Amino acid sequence: MRLLTHNMQACNIKGVTNGFPFRVEAEEVMEKQVDFNADFLRNLFPKIEWKALVEASRAMGYHELPDEADSSLLDSDDFLQKFHRALPQLHLEEGAFVCPETGRKFPTALIKCI
Amino acid sequence: MSSRPELQAPPEIFYDDVEAHKYTSSSRIIEIQAKISERALELLNLPNDGVPRLLLDIGCGSGLSGETLSENGHQWIGLDISQSMLNVALEREVEGDLLLGDMGQGLGLRPGVIDGAISISAVQWLCNADKSSHEPRLRLKAFFGSLYKCLSRGARAVLQVYPENLAQRELILGTAMRAGFAGGVVVDYPHSTKNRKEYLVLTCGPSSLSTSVPIGKGEDGESYSDDDSSGDDEEDQTVSISDRHRPRKKQKTKKGKGRAWLLKKKEQMRRKGNVVPPDTKYTGRKRKARF
Repeated sequence: MRLLTHNMQACNIKGVTNGFPFRVEAEEVMEKQVDFNADFLRNLFPKIEWKALVEASRAMGYHELPDEADSSLLDSDDFLQKFHRALPQLHLEEGAFVCPETGRKFPTALIKCI
Repeated sequence: MSSRPELQAPPEIFYDDVEAHKYTSSSRIIEIQAKISERALELLNLPNDGVPRLLLDIGCGSGLSGETLSENGHQWIGLDISQSMLNVALEREVEGDLLLGDMGQGLGLRPGVIDGAISISAVQWLCNADKSSHEPRLRLKAFFGSLYKCLSRGARAVLQVYPENLAQRELILGTAMRAGFAGGVVVDYPHSTKNRKEYLVLTCGPSSLSTSVPIGKGEDGESYSDDDSSGDDEEDQTVSISDRHRPRKKQKTKKGKGRAWLLKKKEQMRRKGNVVPPDTKYTGRKRKARF
């Protein structure tokens, strides 16, 4: 499961008002090589909840991302590389996403579940 | 037994390990799925600037349709209800992320983040009530409502469906419209029983010029051809009513099948071990008109 998906997901159980972001409980983290595409990242940036991404990536043991980010950073190649490593490349192989409100666990172990 | 899988069992049960295995081993299914998803992607009408988009594949199954998306350079998230199908997808190491979930309960995604959605032969499953708690109308509403929410403004969703009858088609389309979508149905090869495919092309946001529905393929009696390289498919034409009522007999008075076809058939029969006359210069020759 990529952080890309983590950032898009929200709990949809009835009555949950704040089902985002999921807490990440990481057991096994992997990195898969994905082609770097700056345009893709620039397009994606406005849709990303930055805080959630930073927290999730730290839970997965990746500490390179800055606390704050705005669109002016998108011109810096260094930042884009870090962004790229976190977003499409970092995979959660084993672990779980936990809904912040209900505490329901969504295991990603064998099958990656919603 | 009916040939419609929807009538046999709920999707999570129908697509068991055996059925899921079929999906990866049958080259016919793979080819059809690839073709449909290619067409769906075309109908999505994404800007042609080479930038990868974040797409959603609803009912991704073993990831056959997702593969087409990956080949076109897009990132995707797949959703399916059948664990067996997703297991196959995992084995095949598809590039997108896979979510196990029921689209009838809504998609658990944040608002406005997806650039486009495709769905291949999935939405008609929602028209069936497989559990006592299922109410097709509400499930469709939940699905289209959450789909509308998670798509970004102006994004398109292309859903290829096999509605069982007119009522189902109206129910699906009506629910989509009530959820706020603009758009309509595109029918490819409407005169063909086998190749006829229906696509719901929905656009997020109010109707405008960009939401006009594209035209289906083969609507002018254009025949279905297997080789897409010929480029005939580019000619999208509209239905002419007179064409529909043309007497059947006239359509059949075409030339014969030709010598190449005949030789192929004879070769097939030979391989089966049947007694077949030898190929000579007289094989498949033209008769005189008075014959």
